Amino acid sequence: MAFDDNDNKLWLSGNEAIALGAWEAGVQVASGYPGTPSTEIMGNLVKYEGVYGEWAPNEKVGLEVAVGASFAGVRAFATMKHVGLNVAADPLFTASYTGGRGGLVVLTADDPQMHSSQNEQDNRNYAFAAKLPMLEPSDPAEAKAMMTTAFELSERFDCPVLLRTTTRIAHVKGVVAKGERVATTAASIEKMPAKFVMLPGNARMRRVEIEKRMTAARGLAETLPENRIEEGSGPRGFICAGTSYNYVKEAFPEAPVLKLGMVWPLPEQKIRDFAASVDELIIVEELDPFLETHIRAMGIDCRGKDIIPDQGELNSFIVRRAVDPDSVGELFAPLDLPMRPPNMCAGCPHRGIFYNLSRMKDVFVSGDIGCYTLGFLPPLSAMDSCVCMGASVTVAHGMSKALGSEGTGKVVAVLGDSTFMHSGMTGLLNAVYNESNATVIILDNRTTAMTGHQNNPASGKNIKGEPAHAVNLEKLCAALGVPRVVVVNPHAINKTRKVLTEEIASPDPSVVISRAPCVLLPEMVKANKPVYFTNLENCSGCMACVRLGCPAISWHPLTPAQAAAHGYGKKQKGYAEIAEVQCNGCGQCAELCKFAAISKREED
Amino acid sequence: MKQSGNILFSGVGGQGILLASELTAYAQLEAGFDVKKSEVHGMAQRGGSVEAHLRYGERVYSPLIDPGTADILVAFEILEAARYLPYLHKNSAVVVNTQKILPPAVALGKMEYPDNILDELTGRGINVVAIDAFAVAEEVGELRTANVAMVGAMSNFLAVPAQTFLDVIDSRVKPAFREVNKQAFEAGRKLVYN
Repeated sequence: MAFDDNDNKLWLSGNEAIALGAWEAGVQVASGYPGTPSTEIMGNLVKYEGVYGEWAPNEKVGLEVAVGASFAGVRAFATMKHVGLNVAADPLFTASYTGGRGGLVVLTADDPQMHSSQNEQDNRNYAFAAKLPMLEPSDPAEAKAMMTTAFELSERFDCPVLLRTTTRIAHVKGVVAKGERVATTAASIEKMPAKFVMLPGNARMRRVEIEKRMTAARGLAETLPENRIEEGSGPRGFICAGTSYNYVKEAFPEAPVLKLGMVWPLPEQKIRDFAASVDELIIVEELDPFLETHIRAMGIDCRGKDIIPDQGELNSFIVRRAVDPDSVGELFAPLDLPMRPPNMCAGCPHRGIFYNLSRMKDVFVSGDIGCYTLGFLPPLSAMDSCVCMGASVTVAHGMSKALGSEGTGKVVAVLGDSTFMHSGMTGLLNAVYNESNATVIILDNRTTAMTGHQNNPASGKNIKGEPAHAVNLEKLCAALGVPRVVVVNPHAINKTRKVLTEEIASPDPSVVISRAPCVLLPEMVKANKPVYFTNLENCSGCMACVRLGCPAISWHPLTPAQAAAHGYGKKQKGYAEIAEVQCNGCGQCAELCKFAAISKREED
Repeated sequence: MKQSGNILFSGVGGQGILLASELTAYAQLEAGFDVKKSEVHGMAQRGGSVEAHLRYGERVYSPLIDPGTADILVAFEILEAARYLPYLHKNSAVVVNTQKILPPAVALGKMEYPDNILDELTGRGINVVAIDAFAVAEEVGELRTANVAMVGAMSNFLAVPAQTFLDVIDSRVKPAFREVNKQAFEAGRKLVYN
């Protein structure tokens, strides 16, 4: 069979291709934090020989680790999602000054359409702001090839190079050709203080170098093979990059195209020549008018965001309709159907906490980023804010300060173990230091669940699943100065309620660690806990279990006649039933049932 | 053999759409096509609607199927067939598993699962093939092969020979599950004659 490991051609996702490209480019050290759509790069990269890869607690740490490896003379790589680059922006902007010794590539995976993100920022703007070259591939094959180009540019111009992907590169599978790994260099210590010590005196000198290198990069952009003109016919010419190129090629296969593989800095002369060769120049790009703004600044007339949407993903239909509205036919209209939003899994430990919080209507729940953000959805509807990683703790503290003593007992922060490691710890330190009355609930499910179960500093395992030091969350919170730290089992709903009520009422900062493993962890799946079933004759139709919002529990409405036929009272409006194949045996519903209608299916 | 085409897979997270679309893609690759597939990870996988776009041809640029251009829709659940109507055209074929998975609003008693929703597709002239993939899977003795039974049914609408699919199963599925998946594929394939 073709397309397997013994074949030169593979069929890979963009992220798999980037991992292969990093390996072929001779990367020796890589660090990152999981984030959709970037996560699978690091997971795949560590499978290759000769690469050290790790999960860092956050993107700033990850990028700084890569900077250090570059200072030691080896090729280094940092991966993150778009919002992760906000966290890593501090080292990025100064690494632009220092450069390094070994090549340094920073991958940012953007999420237009916000499939799994809190915003859809366009990280091409970082290339402009940090004065760094940025490459943008259009498919997995290009993504792999551009890893080598990116490292060559990084070493040539002595600066980090950004590689930007989007969901439709990262999570698209396509045909990729395998290559060889380049020879790697041995790491060494070399002191270069004028370059590496960014005191103002040194930084001012480096500032001049930045402009020199960007001028040189602009010159190279004119001849870089990744910036290519594809000849065509017709009055319209398109400039595009990334996945927008694919949509232009499908929508207008005959049209001339200037495809930009390097989206910053731009090849001004090439753009001028191309613009002069067509009657109408159209810039097709997702999100911001990044190329358009800079092309207009060159004094070149073009169309762009006047017709192309500036929000969400594009596709060839949208591009065709925008450019040539008469060319698209009628579509079948969508039907009005019940939505199917994502939900916390059956047996999810988070549900126990959010169920209890949903019963505390006066409490403001300051949420965070993870699976548990789904606690926002009905029927639990128990999250009142969610801004960015770690913001649960700091927003809660800010509210508590604004409310003063009135806020005691009314503000709670909720975040996961990985998010706490990422950027919740510093917020908690602040909350303790500045005497917050908010309560912080750490949902410790022993993993980074949302992105597909990556280990973190609290897991006791490294990126490869090998044993690693595990931070003790109770001791860590105590060391930060938290006077009250309590551990609860979230599946024990009533006990948890008692602890939460006490801790939230406390005027001192307190931490409740909700500890139960994610049900999707392999060891939990293997454990195969006994499931629960409904004793239908006992169901009173009170809906106490239904209000958990567990996907294994369904409500069956009954008319009075149907109720009677089932042997229920005529006033009973329905009954609830557990789908045993979906049940993961957490027992939360059984604890809530006051009518002995839910029992454990004990194995014989 | 048709030189290009678009196959849309839809369903609910956890139904095995990934494997079904992978097997189909590899069969098309073996048949000599360029193939691109697009899917969404992360938040979308927690029990919500999921979709995978598969496009094949001599040279595929876009990884996304445009509205109105899906030649085949392989839907693993009835509502998730109806939801993708705007992707279909009059000559589309829809292979749908007759399973119903209640969306949250229905499970909570706030909304009703629509009756006879597939009539909305057939009423527009679309060729709908409804199969009970679970019954097929039950017959071969492994419930988890329902997704491959769906691939078997769908394969009738492609020019790729059945043997290619069987070879792909041989090389891509773990040895312990190969035979049962091949049986599921064959049984699914026999359910449709066109």
